[in-house]
Amino acid sequence: MTEVNAARDTKPETVQMTINGNSIETEKGKTVLEAARENDIEIPTLCYHPGLESIGACRLCLVEVAKSSRPGRKNLVTSCLFPVENGLIVDTQSNVVHQHRKIVLKLLIARVPDSDLIRQLATEYGVHESRYVEREDADKCIMCGICVRVCDAMGANALVTLSHGLDKYVDVPNKNACIGCLACALSCPTNAIPFEEVGDKRRIWGKEFDLIRCEVTGEPIGTPEQIEHIAKRSDLPIDSFLKSANARLKENAAESVGVKL
Amino acid sequence: MKTYRANVMICAGTACVSNHSLDVRKAFEEEIKKRDLEDEVQVVTTGCNGFCGAGPIVVIQPDGIFYQFLKPKDVPYLVEEHLLKGRPVKKLMYVPPEEEVPIPKMNDINFFSGQMLVALRNRGMIDPEKIDDYIARDGYSALVKVLTTKTPDEVIEEIKASALRGRGGGGFPAGIKWETCKRAEGEPKYVICNADEGDPGAFMDRSIIEGDPHSVLEGMAIGAYAIGVSQGYIYVRMEYPLAIERFKIALKQAREYGLLGKNILDTGFDFDVDIRRGAGAFVCGESTALMASVEGRIGEPRAKYIHTVEHGLWNRPTCLNNVETWANVPVIILQGAEWFTSIGTGDVSENPWGGSKGTKVFSLAGKINNTGLVEVPMGITLRKLVYDVGGGIPKGRKFKAVQTGGPSGGFIPEELLDLQVDFEQLDAAGSIMGSGGMVIMDESNCMVSMALYFIEFLVGESCGKCTPCREGLRQLRYFLKKIINGEGTVEDLEEIEIISETMQKASLCGLGKSAPNPVLSTLKYFRDEYIAHIEQKKCPAGSCRALIKYEINESCIGCLLCKKQCPENAISGESKKLHIIDQDKCTNCGVCFSVCPVDSIDIISGGEIVYHHEALEVENDKETSV
Ligand SMILES: Cc1cc2nc3c(=O)[nH]c(=O)nc-3n(C[C@H](O)[C@H](O)[C@H](O)COP(=O)(O)O)c2cc1C
Ligand code: SF4
Ligand code: FES
Repeated sequence: MTEVNAARDTKPETVQMTINGNSIETEKGKTVLEAARENDIEIPTLCYHPGLESIGACRLCLVEVAKSSRPGRKNLVTSCLFPVENGLIVDTQSNVVHQHRKIVLKLLIARVPDSDLIRQLATEYGVHESRYVEREDADKCIMCGICVRVCDAMGANALVTLSHGLDKYVDVPNKNACIGCLACALSCPTNAIPFEEVGDKRRIWGKEFDLIRCEVTGEPIGTPEQIEHIAKRSDLPIDSFLKSANARLKENAAESVGVKL
Repeated sequence: MKTYRANVMICAGTACVSNHSLDVRKAFEEEIKKRDLEDEVQVVTTGCNGFCGAGPIVVIQPDGIFYQFLKPKDVPYLVEEHLLKGRPVKKLMYVPPEEEVPIPKMNDINFFSGQMLVALRNRGMIDPEKIDDYIARDGYSALVKVLTTKTPDEVIEEIKASALRGRGGGGFPAGIKWETCKRAEGEPKYVICNADEGDPGAFMDRSIIEGDPHSVLEGMAIGAYAIGVSQGYIYVRMEYPLAIERFKIALKQAREYGLLGKNILDTGFDFDVDIRRGAGAFVCGESTALMASVEGRIGEPRAKYIHTVEHGLWNRPTCLNNVETWANVPVIILQGAEWFTSIGTGDVSENPWGGSKGTKVFSLAGKINNTGLVEVPMGITLRKLVYDVGGGIPKGRKFKAVQTGGPSGGFIPEELLDLQVDFEQLDAAGSIMGSGGMVIMDESNCMVSMALYFIEFLVGESCGKCTPCREGLRQLRYFLKKIINGEGTVEDLEEIEIISETMQKASLCGLGKSAPNPVLSTLKYFRDEYIAHIEQKKCPAGSCRALIKYEINESCIGCLLCKKQCPENAISGESKKLHIIDQDKCTNCGVCFSVCPVDSIDIISGGEIVYHHEALEVENDKETSV
């Protein structure tokens, strides 16, 4: 086979489908959510993260799909998981979609009454008050599982969900595994994971870390465990991680104009 | 094989064993030895007979004489009378409720005569630990038949024509599943037997495995041959040690006989099976959670837009069927699809969804005389199941509802007793077939509390991954508790319905989708009872503690019993004088009610007597004598 042919063979198949009455073209292997966002059609999500495998936990990204335009053939699916296909007809704004998203948000606001994000989303869906019972001692966790997946993607694998049902929660059962990188806290949509940086210390998940600051700018860079972990995974010398991004930018700029800092 | 004049079949199912049936076996063995009958009488331990409330059970074959509640001390007399003198012992036989004449033969007892055994065909007839017993009753001849005379496609056609639908809950046609798995891309493929059986109180699958493990293995081997699979798994819950043991023995024996392993019966077909133990979570019975668990990951469901028949275990095409589904397969192969479709309801000539064919195993529990396990033809009416096979409701009380399909099934009321039990009719009534659990309730069961009871179970079993199920259950529990505490409002019922709809439509897996069934079905058929709790603060069944009080009526004989037993010292009164309950001290624990020898304690709710022993019984007598 020639190289040209090989390239042609691996080119993804295109898929023609309709979203909210507009026909769009996308590629096989994508999800309905990806196809919608490429076309600037907004679908709300909470547990979706573009860099991580979707798990369909929050159920906010619900849309109606039909394989034919005959009536009565619509299914409610989570767009973050549903694969695109030729001829698929998607409705992201139907009454049914709106109704169930609204109840999902109403259920979530009772779970995390203090979350600004959920409150704002709920308001957008017309939820102003509810007779639901609020969770006692509520934190802000909505069980989207992004933190667990991010920690896994970091290769630290420190975070897991424990227990099940209503008592399910996220924790670090093996404190040694946590490298204090903050990936979980910074990717949490509801800011539910508290952390602290004071002086040369960083605290998260009940564990205290030394905090290394940039040799040049003094900005926080990370914990020794984190830097070591990243250096090992990327096979780069530890030194290359000891400067903040700002410092490196400055250096590069200076180098390019031939100035030595 | 050596033949005997008589076979003493001793039940060694879990329930009978826990009632000491193995001691009864020992007593038989000793007695038979003592009387030198060893060459004439054989003692056989069998799997569960399903009549678990009457254990230990012994059936003497070939006459089929049925003995119940046996104790070791009964054995010498029984051996002497029955086995030596040929005089069956009446006092150890079964007597129907409210009758006096015992019924000697097992097959004359309503509980058994109303049944039709397909999946349970060897029930009580074989020693499950002996492959020869299974083979003697046509075991493995279906496997031999397909391996020597049928192509894999012909096997699939036969199963498709039989319209066999999955017995584990969904009722998906097995033949279509097999065919899809066979056509799916990817190698190797797998078959799995789902023996998770997470429904509380259900033991259909356990009973099949404990009583006849080879029937499941043979079914799996036939499926494997048809689909083109060489590795199977059995996923059994850890809480079933006896079932696991029986499977292990069966696997070993089948391998020794060359019925599993490489080059089975010299046909070039390879197939073997491994056992995987599950931690017994209800949700682990769900297909994707089960497969995650078999792979060694957390048993949580995942969204199934790509089906497990195509991407299942280790992302390979996988065919998952329930224990009972597999156990049906050998019989269909031997007796033919035409025979199978002659049993049951509907027309499946066009497609297998058109009806419910064959039989179904149910477990009967709750307020019913014959609790236990039964196999009946699809389409039997609920009335026949409850009153004939099940022997009716104890204490002459009135049937109120039956909950079918496990914890997330629905309630079916008295007015639907003539419903034919099949996939379609149960579904239409707002319930499900599920795996075949049935809980019978009488007039003393409050429907709101019962709905709450099942919701509490599901609260404990939801995996907690998705919002509608996890948070929906939290709110359903809250609203139901409010109502049974007399604090509910009519708007709460609306909230319940709205939340339920989102749970059904938007939950990730079948658990969340079906979880509202107990609430929605009770709301549908017993809405008045909800309203009574809300508007009159009345629990018509007299069971919600916050809404009732106990009062002593004039029939009290002053026996002091309740006064002595009351933990709160709330009862005053002298000997032979009317006793009185101090309502300020009473916590509604109900001790007085249960100890009163003359039924002088009434339950008052919403200002009315809702429960009055005598009145109730009189009423029922009237009804039954009409
Ligand atoms: C929450 C939940 C629990 C389940 N539990 C069981 C079970 O214990 N046993 C079983 O055979 N199927 C169970 N199922 C059904 C399985 O997902 C699957 O449909 C079945 O095993 C397929 O086999 P069948 O077609 O032979 O019934 C469960 C489904 C759900 C949603
Ligand atoms: S429906 Fe319930 S059990 Fe199923 S994934 Fe969602 S939370 Fe878990
Ligand atoms: S974003 Fe799709 S389910 Fe959460």
